[in-house]
Amino acid sequence: MRRSKVIRTFLFHLITLLFGYIMLYPLLWMFFSSFKDNSEIFLNAHELLPKRWLFKNYLDGWKGFAGYPFSVFFKNSFIVTVIGTIGAVISSAIVAYGFARCKFKGKGFWFGCMILTMLLPYQVVMIPQYIMFQKLGWVNTFKPLLVPAFLGQPFFIFLMIQFIRGIPDELDEAAKIDGCSKYSIFTRIILPLISPALITSAIFSFLWRWDDFLGPLLYLSKPELYTVSLGLRMFSDPTAVSNWGAAFAMATLSLVPSFIIFIFFQRYLVEGIVTTGLKG
Amino acid sequence: MSKITYKEPLKSRVDRIINSENIAGYVFILPWLVGFFVFTLIPIVATFYLSFTQYDLLSPPKFVGLRNYIQMFKEDPLFWKSMSVTFFYVFVTVPLKLAFALLLALWLSYKSKLTPFYRAIYYVPSMMGGSVAVAVLWQRLFTSDGVINSILKLFGINSNISWIGNPKTAIWTLILLAVWQFGSPMLIFLAGLKQIPESYYEAAIIDGANSWQKFIKITLPMLTPIIFFNLIMQMIGSFMTFTQGFIITNGGPVNSTLFYAIYLYRRAFQFYDMGYSCAMSWVMLIIIGILTAFIFKSSTFWVYYESKEGE
Repeated sequence: MRRSKVIRTFLFHLITLLFGYIMLYPLLWMFFSSFKDNSEIFLNAHELLPKRWLFKNYLDGWKGFAGYPFSVFFKNSFIVTVIGTIGAVISSAIVAYGFARCKFKGKGFWFGCMILTMLLPYQVVMIPQYIMFQKLGWVNTFKPLLVPAFLGQPFFIFLMIQFIRGIPDELDEAAKIDGCSKYSIFTRIILPLISPALITSAIFSFLWRWDDFLGPLLYLSKPELYTVSLGLRMFSDPTAVSNWGAAFAMATLSLVPSFIIFIFFQRYLVEGIVTTGLKG
Repeated sequence: MSKITYKEPLKSRVDRIINSENIAGYVFILPWLVGFFVFTLIPIVATFYLSFTQYDLLSPPKFVGLRNYIQMFKEDPLFWKSMSVTFFYVFVTVPLKLAFALLLALWLSYKSKLTPFYRAIYYVPSMMGGSVAVAVLWQRLFTSDGVINSILKLFGINSNISWIGNPKTAIWTLILLAVWQFGSPMLIFLAGLKQIPESYYEAAIIDGANSWQKFIKITLPMLTPIIFFNLIMQMIGSFMTFTQGFIITNGGPVNSTLFYAIYLYRRAFQFYDMGYSCAMSWVMLIIIGILTAFIFKSSTFWVYYESKEGE
């Protein structure tokens, strides 16, 4: 009995690690290739570790293309991602409170509309939005990527509603008796209590905005405004690239912010998926 | 009773109005409401109107009636190509991805100290999701001098084909990429598995059920609401796939990976055929609507909700 349990545990760890290694192999390969000499990358490509560790790739890559270094793209990405995330989280929290705790006429109808927009493909609104932003003269600014963020994001609103519903009503009642208005209940009671949901939303928002490609592709056509996604695509255009080591170095760097967030906030990410998924 | 009427000060009147539940509710949802009208409702209506026009952004839209739709269905082989590529992609990717997600969720519900760490590892590819870095990497893995061929060589298989350059295999590399990112549905399945009461299994063991019977009779039925949720989310997501296809193969070779979203983007922003593109997006909306409605309708037959049991 005992021995079979040991064997089973051993097999579980072995198979999990083996399959995990296969899963991570592409990413590991990219990471190690970023230190390889260009001629080495596709020669015996399956080998992970570089024969000689070259850090030069990172310096070469950082220079970017067409005179625009990657520092410009990273700066742009940070502006778009951080401001957009702050806007999305704050506005979504306000809206979520309205839906979760206020009784008003037409609430059910608007809630239904909001859920439906979660299922709506972006392509359906893409063209009129583009025309609108173009007429406003917002093309080649960050505004089309930032302004909508400040008007609530249905996925986060939904996540926060689920979270607020878990907070006992009695807290609101007590605060009301103490003279709190709806607004101060929100800022003093609810907002601090839903901080885990705020963090989860902020993480998702950061990851999605950082990786976003279609938005910048539509609205940013000047290299000095490019985000990392656009810069990377230009930089690793197969017809133009000769230095794959440098391209992989920049690709690896572009994943670092997401990876750091993941390491530190993993718990919130998992909980977030779980809360929305289960009660959906 | 008395003639002196109390005149409420302005400030308290304002306070009373904005504190009424009705008003407060609308004050709170106002940001979303504005966004909904400006960035969703009006654009949807505009898309519908523009789908009956010819519009190149420069001159004003010209009304052409049903011409875009007729052209799409009768004269445009690329429309049908993109439709069939997308359907193939969705119908292969979604079941495979969900099967993997469920399998790995079952596997990783094994209790050990390292399990949370393993779950994190398996989630990493999904987190990197739609990034351009991963797309560029994928492209390099499947070229003729890429890693896949190099690994095949180790097993004595000399393959010189470019997997992304061959019309027969290109779509499969994109499917593989999508299946590789099974992390989110896996985590949702894991949460669902936790919700199943241990006592159900204990009872089944007493009745002499084996693992397979436990899975079929308890686990699977209890997970159906979650399978349902994952199915809808993944289906809609797969229909909209853009970035990976756009960067890795850009619809090629010979349109073998021409996703609907890529073709729609091309018509709009490379050919400036806005009217046609809007018509395409309405067709997409209708198809997704029908499929979603179909899954919802069918759910009464296969989704099991515990609360119904007692009724």
